[in-house]
Amino acid sequence: MDALDWALLVARVVAVFAALLVAVMLTIWFERKVIADFQTRTGPLRAGPRGILITLADGIKLFFKEGILPAMVDRPVYLIAPVIAMLPAFLAFAVVPFGTSVTLFGREVPFQVADLNVGILWILAMTSMGVYAVVLAGWASGSNYPLLGAVRSSAQMISYEVGMGLAIVAVLTYSGELSMTGVIEAQSRVWNVIPQFPAFVVFLIGGLAETNRPPFDLAEAESELVAGFHTEYSGIRFAMFFLGEYLNTVTVAAVATTLFLGGWRGPWFDGFAPWLGPLLWFVVKVVAVLYVFVLIRATLPRMRYDRLMNFGWKVLIPFGLVWVLLTGAVVVLPQEIGRRGVLLAGAAVLGLVLLASFVAPLVQRRREVAS
Amino acid sequence: MSSYYGQYGVVLAVALAGAGLVAVAFGAARLIAPSRPGIGDKLVTYECGIDPVGEGWSQTQIRYYIYGFLFVIFDVEAIFLFPWATVFEGLGYAAVVEMAIFIGILAVGLLYAWRKGVLRWV
Repeated sequence: MDALDWALLVARVVAVFAALLVAVMLTIWFERKVIADFQTRTGPLRAGPRGILITLADGIKLFFKEGILPAMVDRPVYLIAPVIAMLPAFLAFAVVPFGTSVTLFGREVPFQVADLNVGILWILAMTSMGVYAVVLAGWASGSNYPLLGAVRSSAQMISYEVGMGLAIVAVLTYSGELSMTGVIEAQSRVWNVIPQFPAFVVFLIGGLAETNRPPFDLAEAESELVAGFHTEYSGIRFAMFFLGEYLNTVTVAAVATTLFLGGWRGPWFDGFAPWLGPLLWFVVKVVAVLYVFVLIRATLPRMRYDRLMNFGWKVLIPFGLVWVLLTGAVVVLPQEIGRRGVLLAGAAVLGLVLLASFVAPLVQRRREVAS
Repeated sequence: MSSYYGQYGVVLAVALAGAGLVAVAFGAARLIAPSRPGIGDKLVTYECGIDPVGEGWSQTQIRYYIYGFLFVIFDVEAIFLFPWATVFEGLGYAAVVEMAIFIGILAVGLLYAWRKGVLRWV
């Protein structure tokens, strides 16, 4: 590696950082605007055209606010928690490929910060670091509501992490690749969302719960817990939590795009700026996933805690386990009994399901008549 | 091999850049944010706006801890699933059946916890 390589590397890291910060800024604005539309309000208007700079204004305001350090807090832990909330989100995004590559000064610059061979595991590891931020912040605050919020949301996050992990294993079983580039490579013919649709749904639910987004935002359920784990935080430290939360949201959307929606794949003009098309497709898909997140927030009320845990352990995890095995069987069976056998078996199962769905109402009606 | 370490080096660079961002943000806030601690009851825990009662570290339900246990079981299972998922294609249906048995045993554990009422939130 010579100086130019180093310069390109630094430029890449800085560019991704800046892009992520801008993405967070726009995501918050986008969310507020879309929710305002749902509720027939105007939403942010003043800062910049259509209020697009509202997040920047909020951020600057938080810089000028005093960071109060309450007397009861556990100082080192209290100070380190916001950093833990933010840093892993950046690191998780580092393995997401957001385009193909571009040739600059005779060097090929990939549109991905680092292509780790354990990409998917890396993402799981980094997103689960968020639990530490919540728990440490809540515990170190020395206050009742933050502690409650932290304990409760840590149980929630680890529960849904299992479901999310199982959805990822299913994708992995299907594509047989651990690196993010490999997963996109495996989707050259059909996006994973079609054969793996149930896993996609499980992943989205798990992702919502993992990032503490509505309807799973029990970490900061303001009607019960004041502001949850970050009640005692103010000023720039509070801003770090907010930044981390939205970074995580963007990262989950990007990972969903990569694992299920074909990543940067999409039709593009031949010969015209071949690097631009994939980049645009990636952005469009991520915005689409984010829109779904906002749509869910605007439509669904917050879940009750017992129902949340019930759903996680009694529906999501058993379903995930079954789906992983089913995917494994479908991948392996063609080798054993041939493609035709698999089709026949699938048709048989489908027929049985159809038959059952015809028979079940009849049986039920007879039972109702009998009673 | 160098590219293998190279990729992790890049990740390290991202971590450093993140730490740099944190340092800049905290440094800038220290420079421009006002700091007047100890005026009145400012340093009292906020909690919910009323004067806090008792110590901040209250007792919480034991159930959370049981969920922690369950999580460890299923997360360790996921650790086994990942390497399996990368190689099972070459091993044929025997590998799938073996994994089904393994998952089945764990599922029985989950079922046991379920029947015992561990998953019921009262």
